[in-house]
Amino acid sequence: MNAAYKPALHLYAVFTAIATFLLLVAGALVTSNEAGLAVPDWPLSYGSLFPPMVGGIFYEHGHRLVATFVGLLTVGLAVALLFVEPRRWVRRLGLVALAAVVAQGILGYLTVKFLLPPAVSVAHASLAQIFFCITVALAIFTGRWWQSEVPQVQDTGSPRLQTLALAAVAATFLQLVSGAAFRHNAFGIVPHLIGAAVVLLLIILAGRAMRIRFPDARLLRRSGAMLHALVGTQLLLGAAAWYSRVASRGMQQTPDSTIWLTVIHTVFGALVLAGTVVLALVAHRVVRHERDEKERGGELEFVGAPIGKGPGHLASSARLPLGSGKAQS
Amino acid sequence: MRFRLSFACMALACAVVLGGCGKKEKEDEGAAAPANAPAATPVDSASAGSVSGTVKFEGAAPKPARLKTEADPYCAKMHTSAPLTSEEAVVGAGGALANVVVYVKTGLENRTFETSKNAVELNQEGCEYKPHVIAVQTNQPVTIINSDDTTHNIHPTPANNPDWNKSQGPKAEKITQSFAREEIAIPVKCNIHGWMKSYIAVFKHPYFKVTGKDGTFDLQNLPAGDYTLGAWHEKYGKSEQKVTVGAKEAKKVDFVFKAS
Ligand code: HEM
Ligand code: HEM
Repeated sequence: MNAAYKPALHLYAVFTAIATFLLLVAGALVTSNEAGLAVPDWPLSYGSLFPPMVGGIFYEHGHRLVATFVGLLTVGLAVALLFVEPRRWVRRLGLVALAAVVAQGILGYLTVKFLLPPAVSVAHASLAQIFFCITVALAIFTGRWWQSEVPQVQDTGSPRLQTLALAAVAATFLQLVSGAAFRHNAFGIVPHLIGAAVVLLLIILAGRAMRIRFPDARLLRRSGAMLHALVGTQLLLGAAAWYSRVASRGMQQTPDSTIWLTVIHTVFGALVLAGTVVLALVAHRVVRHERDEKERGGELEFVGAPIGKGPGHLASSARLPLGSGKAQS
Repeated sequence: MRFRLSFACMALACAVVLGGCGKKEKEDEGAAAPANAPAATPVDSASAGSVSGTVKFEGAAPKPARLKTEADPYCAKMHTSAPLTSEEAVVGAGGALANVVVYVKTGLENRTFETSKNAVELNQEGCEYKPHVIAVQTNQPVTIINSDDTTHNIHPTPANNPDWNKSQGPKAEKITQSFAREEIAIPVKCNIHGWMKSYIAVFKHPYFKVTGKDGTFDLQNLPAGDYTLGAWHEKYGKSEQKVTVGAKEAKKVDFVFKAS
C-alpha cells in the first residue's frame, strides 16, 4: 500500500464509472425500445455523424454517441494510469478496461451487422456490465481508502467471506446472462428465476456470515446491507418487469411502463453485480484468514489487536503476530 | 492482489467466448431459388369450385389502443386530427374480424403453382403500414413504398426465411423483395417508429385471402377435393376447419375467434 493517493485520477475514474452507468441506461433503452436496428450502418449513422434524431434513431444513435464518449474516457483513463500509477496491476487493469470497451464496440457493430442475433446481443449486454464493474473497481483502487492502512479483521469461519462474495459475483453474473438471454428471446424465464433464488441465498449467507463473524466491522456490514437492499429491490423490479412484459405481449406499441420497468431492472442488475464486486473487494481488503497467514509463514501483513468479541475482531493499527493475538513462529 | 487481475482476465475470457459464439450465429444462407421448380399443375377452371365465408370475433370488441407517435414530429403532425390507433385487433360491424389470413392449409400437396408476378404493395404512409397484413406467394414480389417525409426502416423477423433490414429515406425509391419459403406470418417492424408493425404471410400456392373490415374471404378456382382451411390472426391465433369441395361447388365456411 505504498502508492500515493491521487485525487484527480480518482475523481476521473469515478466520473468514468458514473458515465458508464449512464451508458448502460442508454443501451438498455435501445433494447427496450427495440431500436437496435433503427440505424442500419456503422460506424457512421445513415452515412453521417448526426442523423435526424427521431424515434428509434434517437436511442440507437444516442447510445453510440454516449458509447464513443465513454470509449474516449476509457482511453484517457488507461493512458493516465500508464503515466502516473505506480502499481503495475492497476495499470494493467486500465488496459483491460480499454480492451473491454473496444471489444464492446465491436460487439455493438456485430449486433447491427448481423441483425441482433441473440448470442451477440447477450454477449454485448454481459460485457457491458463486466466493463462497468471494471470501471467501478478502478474507481475503488485509485481511491484513498484502498491505498491507506485499514483495520483488518480475522475470519475463522468457513466458507470464507471472500469465497462467499466471489460466489455471489459469479452467481449474479450468470443471473445477468440468463436475464439477457430472456430479454433477447434466447431462453425462457425459468433459469432466471432459479438464478434469482441462488443469488438471494448467497447474499443472505454472506450477510449472515458478516453479522456473526464481524459484528464490529462497520464497512463490511454496510456493504452487506447495501447489497441486501439492492437485491431486494431488484427482486421486486424483476417481478414488475416480468408482469409488464406478459401483460403487454402482442401489443402493437410497447407501453412506456414496460419500457421503463425493463430498463430499470436491467441497470439495477448492473448495480447488484457491481455491489457483489464491491463486497468481494472490501472483503479482500479487510478480511484476513488464518490460512493466508499460515501460507505466508508467520509475520503478518495484517494489522490489528483483538478488541471485538466473537471469532472476528475489528482491530486498531498495531503490528502484531498472527491469529487473534496468539504468537506464532 | 492477484485475484483482481484473474477476475479481470476471467471477465475478458467470458467476453471472448460469448463473442465467439455470436459470430457463429446464423448468417442466413440465401433462400433456395426456384430454378428447377416442377412445371405447374394446371387447374381446370370449368370444374373448379370455391370456398367463401366470414370471419367473426365473438365477444365485446376490444377498443383499439391509441398509438403515441410523438417520438417523430413528422408522424405526430400526420395525426393531429385523429390519433393513430393500433390494428392488432380490428373488429368491424357485426363482429367482422379484419386482418385474418384465410388459406388452404392442406389438400394441395400434390400440386405445384406458378408464382404470380403481380407485385403486392406495402406502403408506409402516415407512419403506419398500409395494409397492416399482406399475403403473397413464395417468390412473389413485394413492393415497399415510403410515402412519408421521414425515414423508415423495414425489418422483417422471419423464422424460415433470411433476415434483412433496409432503410428507406423520405419518399425514397421503392424496394422490391420476395420470400422464398412458406411462412405464416412474418412480423415486419420499423425500428425507428416502434409502433409500426405489420405481417407478411407467404404461401406456396395462390389460395389465400386477407379479410377486410367486412371479415369476408373467398377462395376461387379451387380444384375439387378435401381441404383443411386455416385462419390466422396476429393476436387471436390460429384456427382450422375441414371442408370438401365438389366440382363447381361453392362452399360456405365461417370462422369465429374469441379473445384468448
Ligand atoms: C462501448 C461501450 C458500450 C457499452 C458499455 C454498451 C452497452 C450496452 C447495453 C448495456 C445495452 C443493453 C443491453 C440489454 O438491454 O440487454 C446495449 C444495447 C445495444 N448496443 Fe451497446 N454498448 C456499447 C457500445 C455500442 C456500440 C459502439 C454500438 C453500435 C454500433 C452499440 C449498439 C448496441 C445495440 C444495437 C444495442 C441493442 C441490442 C439489442 O436490442 O439486442 N453499442 N449496449
Ligand atoms: C437477484 C436478482 C436478479 C438480478 C440480479 C436480475 C438481473 C437481470 C438483468 C441484469 C437483466 C437484463 C439483462 C440484460 O439484457 O442486460 C434481467 C432481465 C430480466 N429479469 Fe431479472 N434479475 C433478478 C431477478 C429477477 C426476478 C425475481 C424476476 C421475476 C420474474 C426477473 C425478471 C426479469 C425479466 C422479465 C427480465 C427481462 C426484461 C425484459 O423482458 O426486457 N428478474 N434481470
